[in-house]
Amino acid sequence: MNLRIISTAIAAENAQETHLGVGAEGRAHHEGGFPPFQTENFAPQIVWLVVIFGVLYILMSRLALPRVGGILERRSEKIASDLEASRDMQEKAQAAAVANNETIRLRREEAQAIGREAQQSTAVETLSRRSRAEAEASEKIRAAEGRIADAKMQALANVEQIAIEAAGSIVEKLTGSKVDKDHLSAEFRNVKSS
Amino acid sequence: MTPEETVSAPNPIEQFELHRIFPLEISGIETSFTNASLYMLLAALGVVGLMVAATSRKSIVPGRMQALAEMLYEFVANMVRQTAGKEGMKFFPFVFSLFSFILIANLIGLVPYSYSVTSQIIVTFAFAALVITLVVAYGVYLNGFGFLRLFVPHGVPLPVLVVLVPIEIISFLSRPVSLSVRLFANILAGHITLAVFGGFVMMLLASGGWSLLAPVPLLAIVALYALELLVACLQAFVFSVLTCVYLNDAIHPGH
Repeated sequence: MNLRIISTAIAAENAQETHLGVGAEGRAHHEGGFPPFQTENFAPQIVWLVVIFGVLYILMSRLALPRVGGILERRSEKIASDLEASRDMQEKAQAAAVANNETIRLRREEAQAIGREAQQSTAVETLSRRSRAEAEASEKIRAAEGRIADAKMQALANVEQIAIEAAGSIVEKLTGSKVDKDHLSAEFRNVKSS
Repeated sequence: MTPEETVSAPNPIEQFELHRIFPLEISGIETSFTNASLYMLLAALGVVGLMVAATSRKSIVPGRMQALAEMLYEFVANMVRQTAGKEGMKFFPFVFSLFSFILIANLIGLVPYSYSVTSQIIVTFAFAALVITLVVAYGVYLNGFGFLRLFVPHGVPLPVLVVLVPIEIISFLSRPVSLSVRLFANILAGHITLAVFGGFVMMLLASGGWSLLAPVPLLAIVALYALELLVACLQAFVFSVLTCVYLNDAIHPGH
């Protein structure tokens, strides 16, 4: 407790001393005037300014600015090349799409051609089969007609024979005498032709 | 301790005093390493740290500090290109060093208890003199006597020229003064104002009953500090833009 009081007192004294010191310094400087206008301060500031700004200028112009400029240039180049690459890709994709469409169109045409061809060949086959079938049918019809005509002739010939025989037997019955067959048929032919 | 003693304690000018850390003299010229030299060194190291150390990885996708360095680079590059044209890009490293050094020095100066390099008229004047010397030297190197066309605006009738040429000459001669005083006065006034308001806080705290009012100037300091941050950046920008404008005059003297 005592120690703290003593140390506080010392601190206060010190503070007063520094305060007084500052006051004295301030007064001393007031004799020289406003600090920024004190000419004795000019030389050291200019010397150090020249040295420090000179080094700064050299570091900036030789090292820092070319480096930053290089970074910016590299970045813009990278962006440009990436854009170029993406444009190429897009072009390729578009070309591929066009080729694909072309292929699809060709295949479709091919398919249509095949369909058309198939249709035509079926039509031709149908036509030939039909004509063949018709020819066969008309052949058969003609043969059948021939047979019918033969049958008719036969039938007519039979009718003549029957008529001659019937006439012979009628004459026999009526007259009781046999009539010559050849004579009868000659007579029949006379009747028929007249 | 009487209140009067406390009142006299805060001295807003004290912060601009030069303290010699290593007294030194080379061939009759005082070259002492002072607190100003220390803070010049810190500002330069800050710029180097940002522009050299942060970009050492050279990554395509930048980190935070590299992005900041690139931002600063592009900001100054655009400023030079827009103000002084393509030919002005020759001076890009110079304008960049100038802008970044003044900016970092101004910002470091805003840290409490630090020292503001640009609050010294001799520093800002040295920069202004460097700029004007460069402008005149490059203008004469590039255009010879044609550099004098700078004082004769194009397409102005003769009677007006009689009045205008002296005005142009005076405005040209006042450039180094206005350039240096603008930066110096802004930084100086800002720091004095901050110190004065800080003094108000102390005085109010020491004045018994009035100490309740102490937060009022404290809040004012906060607001002023924000303003000073703006001024620190803005004055660095103004200094560099004007440098570019003057360089543009040297490159195209005929307006």
